[in-house]
Amino acid sequence: MKRTLSYKLNIGLFLLPALILFLVILIAPIAMSAYYSFYDFNSIAARDMDYIGLSNYKTLFSRFLVNAENGMQYENDKFMGDALTNSLLLAALSVFIQLPLALLIALKLSKGIPGERVYLSVFFMPVLISTVIIGRLWMNIYDPGEAGILNAGLRAIGLDKRLFPWITARLTSSKLEFTGQWTGFKETALLAAFIPILWQYVGYHMLLMYAGILGVPSELLEAAELDGCSERQVNRYIIVPYIKPILKVCVIFAVTGSLKSFDLIYTLMKDTTKAELPSTLMYKLLFLHNRYGLGSAIAVILIALCFLFALLISMAFRTRGEKVA
Amino acid sequence: MRRKRKLRFSSVITHLLLLVLVFINIFPLYWMVTFSLKTNDEILGYSYEDPVTGERTQIAPNHVGLPRHWEWDNYVAAMKTGNMGQYFINSLVITVLAIAITLIAGFMATYALTRLVWKGRKAMNKFFMLGLTIPIHAAIVPVYVMLSKLGFLNTYAALIFPYAAFALAMGILISTGFMGDIPYELDEAAFLDGCGVWGIFVRIIAPLMMPAIATVGIYTFLQCWNELLFATVFVSSGKYRTLPVGVQQLFGQYTTRWGPIGAALTIATLPTLVAYAFLSRRIQDSFIAGAVKG
Repeated sequence: MKRTLSYKLNIGLFLLPALILFLVILIAPIAMSAYYSFYDFNSIAARDMDYIGLSNYKTLFSRFLVNAENGMQYENDKFMGDALTNSLLLAALSVFIQLPLALLIALKLSKGIPGERVYLSVFFMPVLISTVIIGRLWMNIYDPGEAGILNAGLRAIGLDKRLFPWITARLTSSKLEFTGQWTGFKETALLAAFIPILWQYVGYHMLLMYAGILGVPSELLEAAELDGCSERQVNRYIIVPYIKPILKVCVIFAVTGSLKSFDLIYTLMKDTTKAELPSTLMYKLLFLHNRYGLGSAIAVILIALCFLFALLISMAFRTRGEKVA
Repeated sequence: MRRKRKLRFSSVITHLLLLVLVFINIFPLYWMVTFSLKTNDEILGYSYEDPVTGERTQIAPNHVGLPRHWEWDNYVAAMKTGNMGQYFINSLVITVLAIAITLIAGFMATYALTRLVWKGRKAMNKFFMLGLTIPIHAAIVPVYVMLSKLGFLNTYAALIFPYAAFALAMGILISTGFMGDIPYELDEAAFLDGCGVWGIFVRIIAPLMMPAIATVGIYTFLQCWNELLFATVFVSSGKYRTLPVGVQQLFGQYTTRWGPIGAALTIATLPTLVAYAFLSRRIQDSFIAGAVKG
């Protein structure tokens, strides 16, 4: 039987469909993106691709560019720094607000309170809804006109008269008055984008953590109870260390998810520049300005960052795990 | 006695907090369904003059209440002008075929990676797992160039194959867990009965992978059904447009009319939520399988 199982032709044939898909659509494109990122071209038919070395990367990381004709400095609208900062901020918000909240709910639910399945199912529900729909729905919630429910709510309790001037006084990016345009100012747009993300994904992380907590051996918990551990101590010293592998997965998902995030910002805002992310900048450069080289450079940076963060987070969890053991 | 009372009090607080969260989860959806059934006048409020007495009456806006008049025409507008029916079918065709390809390619690869004996299968497995981290942005320009050179832009295939490729890593990951649970004795018995590897795969392994079909299928379904970036870029013709892009497009047509927008959002959300109502446990388990084994 062993000979049959190691017959080379069969192995190849079984792997073939997956390998073709994988190589053609995932691996080859990474190499091609890297290649494109060294060129300047604005047509897919591309007979005239100019090799420009690292210029695309330089352009992405220069806040100001110099006009070759008159030597004047001007602000670079292709600058990627702000987009990168925004996505890292989003990642930080996810890791430090979303995940603790998810953990808190998961810990509560896993203690066997009445109706835990119902709570669980309701909290997980938004994960299944398309981000496009959520983006559009929240666009309506934030609508600065009469119908937007958030501002209507604020008006109803009279908070708008206090809150809006307070925000207006703190706007540095614009001299306009804030009258409830949550996605219209740089100061508010990123937070306005984070709320729907939190709303959608907190249930996802909660579900994973909940499943992890249910996997904690009951002998461990009983022993801790016999030793007189308080609930807080059990959570802190038994459950959290035990579900570390799942926490790692959650952190990786939250961080790489923030780096990749596109759908929500793209659908939530008419003007994505208020909370620009690498992917929305890439989309703009590629399909509005036809700067394929520049767009490819962003793609390459994103791939590199995703792998880098996945690796760093894995390492962080590993060393800490060893210390505990 | 005192301890008991304290316990009860804290559990009341817990329930109250959880109920607030339930409200926060449900309210946006409730609001979406209600405004999908309202006219702009009802949402925004209006005033009218009585033709006989000349008296002005002010009708207050109805933000959160149930519709005073159920405006089903909004759904007609979303289906007709918004073409949601067509997009729904497109999404369905693309998603189902992408799932089929993911399952076939994924099961075959998993079989080679777990049951067949060869050097380098561990390395190959790691190689496939790279797919879990690669963002779809990585592929967008090269795949766009490929598709345009092959003349595949604006076809179902333009989305089916990329979707299957990006779902593959998770498919293999989940299948590996399920296939490992199938006892090797079955393979051996089938082999003694004269089955080759293909016979074992088709007659023994594939039928026993039914639970994996559900898990991988659900995961892939949600990934494909909700995808926006590829769907926007690779398909510009309305004929093959998917639901998320269709919803996005509708906003261009009805920037100021809330009803049809709400109707489109509801039409696009409802099938998933109905499926979830019946399959909540299964769907949750797929997500857990995808993450815990990762």
